[in-house]
Amino acid sequence: MSLRVLVGCKRVIDYAVKIRVRPDKLGVVTDGVKHSMNPFDEIAIEEAVRLKEKKIAKEVVAVSCGPTQAQETIRTALAMGADRGIHVEIPAKEMEKLEPLHVSKILAKLAEQEQAELVIVGKQAIDDDSNATAQMTAALLDWPQATFASKLEKTDGELEVTREVDGGLETIKVKLPAVVSSDLRLNEPRYATLPNIMKAKKKKIAKMKPSDLGVNLASHLEVIEVVDPPTREAGIKVEDVDTLVTKLKDSGRI
Amino acid sequence: MIIIKTRMLGLIRGRMMSVMAGRVLTALPRSKARLLTSHPSQHLHSASSSCQKCELTSKRYNVQRGKFSAVSEHDLKFFQELLGSHRTVLGEEELEGHNTDWLRTVRGASSVLLKPKTTEEVSAILSYCDQHQLAVCPQGGNTGLVGGSVPVFDEVIVSTALMNQVESVDTWSGVVTCQAGCVLEALDQHVAQYGLMIPLDLGAKGSCHIGGNVSTNAGGLRLLRYGSLHGSVLGVEAVLASGEVVDCMSAMKKDNTGYDLKHLFIGSEGTLGLVTKVAINCPPRPAAVSLAFLGLQSFDNVLKTFKAAKDQLGEILSSCEFIDQSSMECVEGNLKIKSPLDEYPYYMLLETSGSNGDHDEEKLNNFLESTLGSGLVSDGTVATEPSKMANIWALRERIAEALILDGYTYKYDISLPLPHFYKLVEDMREHLGSNVVRCCGYGHVGDGNLHLNFTSRQYEKEILERIEPAVYEWTSQVNGSISAEHGLGFKKRNYIHYSKSLGAINLMKQMKKLMDPNGILNPYKVLPD
Repeated sequence: MSLRVLVGCKRVIDYAVKIRVRPDKLGVVTDGVKHSMNPFDEIAIEEAVRLKEKKIAKEVVAVSCGPTQAQETIRTALAMGADRGIHVEIPAKEMEKLEPLHVSKILAKLAEQEQAELVIVGKQAIDDDSNATAQMTAALLDWPQATFASKLEKTDGELEVTREVDGGLETIKVKLPAVVSSDLRLNEPRYATLPNIMKAKKKKIAKMKPSDLGVNLASHLEVIEVVDPPTREAGIKVEDVDTLVTKLKDSGRI
Repeated sequence: MIIIKTRMLGLIRGRMMSVMAGRVLTALPRSKARLLTSHPSQHLHSASSSCQKCELTSKRYNVQRGKFSAVSEHDLKFFQELLGSHRTVLGEEELEGHNTDWLRTVRGASSVLLKPKTTEEVSAILSYCDQHQLAVCPQGGNTGLVGGSVPVFDEVIVSTALMNQVESVDTWSGVVTCQAGCVLEALDQHVAQYGLMIPLDLGAKGSCHIGGNVSTNAGGLRLLRYGSLHGSVLGVEAVLASGEVVDCMSAMKKDNTGYDLKHLFIGSEGTLGLVTKVAINCPPRPAAVSLAFLGLQSFDNVLKTFKAAKDQLGEILSSCEFIDQSSMECVEGNLKIKSPLDEYPYYMLLETSGSNGDHDEEKLNNFLESTLGSGLVSDGTVATEPSKMANIWALRERIAEALILDGYTYKYDISLPLPHFYKLVEDMREHLGSNVVRCCGYGHVGDGNLHLNFTSRQYEKEILERIEPAVYEWTSQVNGSISAEHGLGFKKRNYIHYSKSLGAINLMKQMKKLMDPNGILNPYKVLPD
């Protein structure tokens, strides 16, 4: 039984870059800032490619929603081993309005159109930390979901997934088709090597708009304010324990 | 994973000391780094089995103490009145991290550490020490690799840790003036706000001070592109042993007025004066940076690839480093970092920096296609994302850290003509055989600078004697330099004649006597007795 896997990958600000809040305090500066694929989505792509190498999957399709530059993200996925890409074009100025719910609707529609049996996405994006897309996509498709996956194994018509949860690890079985979200320890993504980078240039990326999938980008959320966390105050040294106790009492800590 | 407290303090202090003009700067967005890394951050390392303190330098190397006074109660009173008790740190236990070098190969016995904030305080300290015959050891980030940054006996340590103010950044000329205690990485991030970069980069950037970098004429990873500090440092303010402040500060790129004294302080490793301020010419920060990591079958291919890079990448090439298989095994094995490629006998890091990403990408792709096609390069990967580039750089920048985990490192930094470059590693590997755990070579092949390292479980005099002076003699025969960028410090002072003529050494000694008659500045270092 050979699956077609749909993997969602998001273009986000690279995690090694220092974030700066925009002067209008409604977002962060993205112009001229280095972006890269969301690290959890890299893990998702890697897992899908490994499934193909194990002959469990027959085709890996990488999807990204975003402006023109999202194609770079898809190319990275192709260089890692995905077979073809789908770029859902969303102009740069509308990117701010893009919500997990919109992406979930897009992914659900594509999963149906492409007849995918497995959808893998990163557990959360490092820019909004929503951790909602996988869950909503599963709900829209009425498919089972296995989130925070740290291990994935296929057994007849089912997936056995180990999940990272607050209390430790939980192993569940889900029937296919299913939605999985990848957690940090699922795998270590490969680097794309030069021969693969060059091969990726020839792979196909289909382009479409959200409206082609019947999805409209009406807002359900409004960003009120984006601010820096409070700056850390300098500590003070005290001469002895008595002074320490007095200062702690004065500030109401004890 | 065990972490030695003193090492952590030493390295974390570097990060905390990046408080510049009242703002806290950090290298990585901390929450993201914690979310994504499942291993220690870049600037921490776990302890090896040799947690014990290393032997006192004076014992191991049989050094005679100079005719200096010992620190008295009266002296302590003076320092405390000048600096306050918080900035006069006493006691050998408190100073453990300051008495030993980062490699844990030398150890002194100082019990006084002073932390001035201004040039005036440095002047008062040195003037007093000169009058009272107290030896002084200037110390920055304590990341030096030749034992030059720590005391040998009971020298008073004068630290630049609190001299971390940036005075000005001139955005038209690109000149930054700052105090000597600014941590390199923090300084670079500060000027980044103005679209500039510090023309110096090295693995120790999170801890080293710019004053120390200037005093050792550090080379680093981008010398190939931005040149040496002798070119990029425009001005220096230093304090002489007598306490006299020598002001050679200038923000002008061209200033031919008299003898250019600042060059005396650049590279003299704190023996001619304590550097308190610098003015550095900063190039524009590149808009587009790419890093290629390549696997090659032979060193001959490494040299040919370097030549091809110079020809085809020319003006955008900003770094050319190589790593041999032994070094890669060390980093992968000891630090559990994974290489992007399969095993190859040699690896290269080629970095390009330019103002136009598309332009650079086209050049780099053409270069990679041709070298891959001709078989010069066997495999490789390219990255433009900061996080990926940082991961690849870690393979090169953390080799020194990985080597420490083998036990004890015998570290050599040699300049060689390129045809002989790797032969030294091969000859020494054969010469040492199974006496050592590892013999590896890596470094700035683009500058002709080899980092040759041997490791053993613990220090053994027999191994050291087998290496030295053989390695220096080999180097001398091909007219190389026995210390390309690390300096002479304590460890190499007695081998200076392998690379400098007697006449030159004598003139150096005369200059030292002129500028520091009592010899209080960093004694036992740089020049032989």
